[in-house]
Amino acid sequence: MITKRIIPCLDVKDGRVVKGVNFQGLSDVNSPVELAEYYTKNGADEMVFYDITASAEGRKLFTEVLTEVASKVFIPLTVGGGINSLEDFDRVLKCGADKVSVNSGAIRNPELIRQAAEKYGNQCVVLSVDAARVDGTYRVFAKGGRENTGMDAVEWIRESVERGAGEVVLNSIDTDGVKQGFDLPMLKAVCEVVDVPVIASGGAGCIQDFVTLFQEIPTVSAGLAASIFHFGEVAIPDLKKELKKNDISVRL
Amino acid sequence: MIRIIDYGVGNLFSLRSSLRAIGIDADYTGNPAEIRKADKLILPGVGAFRDAREALRSTGLDRVVQEEAGKGKPLMGICLGMQMLFDRSYEYGEYEGLGLIPGEIVPMEGRIPKDLPIPHIGWNELMLKQPSPLMKNTANGDYVYFVHSYYAETPAEYVIATTDYGVEMTAAVQKDNVSGCQFHPEKSSEVGLSILKAFCEL
Repeated sequence: MITKRIIPCLDVKDGRVVKGVNFQGLSDVNSPVELAEYYTKNGADEMVFYDITASAEGRKLFTEVLTEVASKVFIPLTVGGGINSLEDFDRVLKCGADKVSVNSGAIRNPELIRQAAEKYGNQCVVLSVDAARVDGTYRVFAKGGRENTGMDAVEWIRESVERGAGEVVLNSIDTDGVKQGFDLPMLKAVCEVVDVPVIASGGAGCIQDFVTLFQEIPTVSAGLAASIFHFGEVAIPDLKKELKKNDISVRL
Repeated sequence: MIRIIDYGVGNLFSLRSSLRAIGIDADYTGNPAEIRKADKLILPGVGAFRDAREALRSTGLDRVVQEEAGKGKPLMGICLGMQMLFDRSYEYGEYEGLGLIPGEIVPMEGRIPKDLPIPHIGWNELMLKQPSPLMKNTANGDYVYFVHSYYAETPAEYVIATTDYGVEMTAAVQKDNVSGCQFHPEKSSEVGLSILKAFCEL
């Protein structure tokens, strides 16, 4: 049976992981390569790297680091951040990314999804959406969640999947950072309208939040989180054991 | 000497890196002479069947691959590369494959339960169907990483492993010197590396 995926997400700036990660045995807590190796050994099913660099110089460092990660870690790697064109897809895919996540770039130019899906296949195009409740509906936010686009999130996701997005990462701004659990109503609304895998993001604070996620919404394919993994609040091996105990299929 | 066939489709970087990790230096090449010189060949591929098939045809590499496989050279297809080993595919139309293994590539849509997402993305268990050199280091229940929306329907005699995604789906195949994995061994961590190693040791 297909397993539910657990995905740690790392923010990278100028080729270094932002906010050092506190694990014993790491000699360099800001090294994307060391962290990728650590997570791979500890049960991560894939990893997401977000490049939050603004400068061209930093971009170059990111691709160098990505190349090194991809030559040492053999699980799927998704890369996002600053993906605005097919050239950007090309740049990260050549360095070993398996999937490319688009967010603001697709909002500015929705056809980017179609073009990328035609060139690299749907499986390569991950739509990442930051959404929040505004007047009772879910709205899409751009620029790292700072700008309300006014677009309806469920409709945007449905359209984007039609254009060729092969996977959706839904990050709820409302639950992000609150650590009280994933945004189940928002995830349900999205899972009802798309048939591609949906990855839940934003809000996980403890192991039970993942158990609840997969029990309440069996069609959700994966759970993504950052700080709770990085700061050791949730260890992935413990998380997976608990999921298994609750009859949720995981790779152990 | 192992060569990865480069016909402009797919992420060859990871494949080469994973082979390097098990001590195999496998360059990619689209040069027919290099392909003919190789002891073993890997045919990768991602994206749509039609485009990949056309890329192989327009470069003339389809004939080279067919001829080399015909001589008994070990050939392994990965993902879309595996799908191309078969007679035909029904992805966005009907397209001829390389015809090295009998069978066809059919869509999951309409064949699997409606509540399962398509594509089939993620780690799933292998069920071994018969002993094979490719899976000599692999156990029943080992997890590998899949990404696909179509799968191979082929006579049971060629199926060496399946996986359960609502229906029992072909995961790995072998007919004499020609083999293939629907999943990505180069993205399947230790289990995947052990399968690549087994191929290299053929």
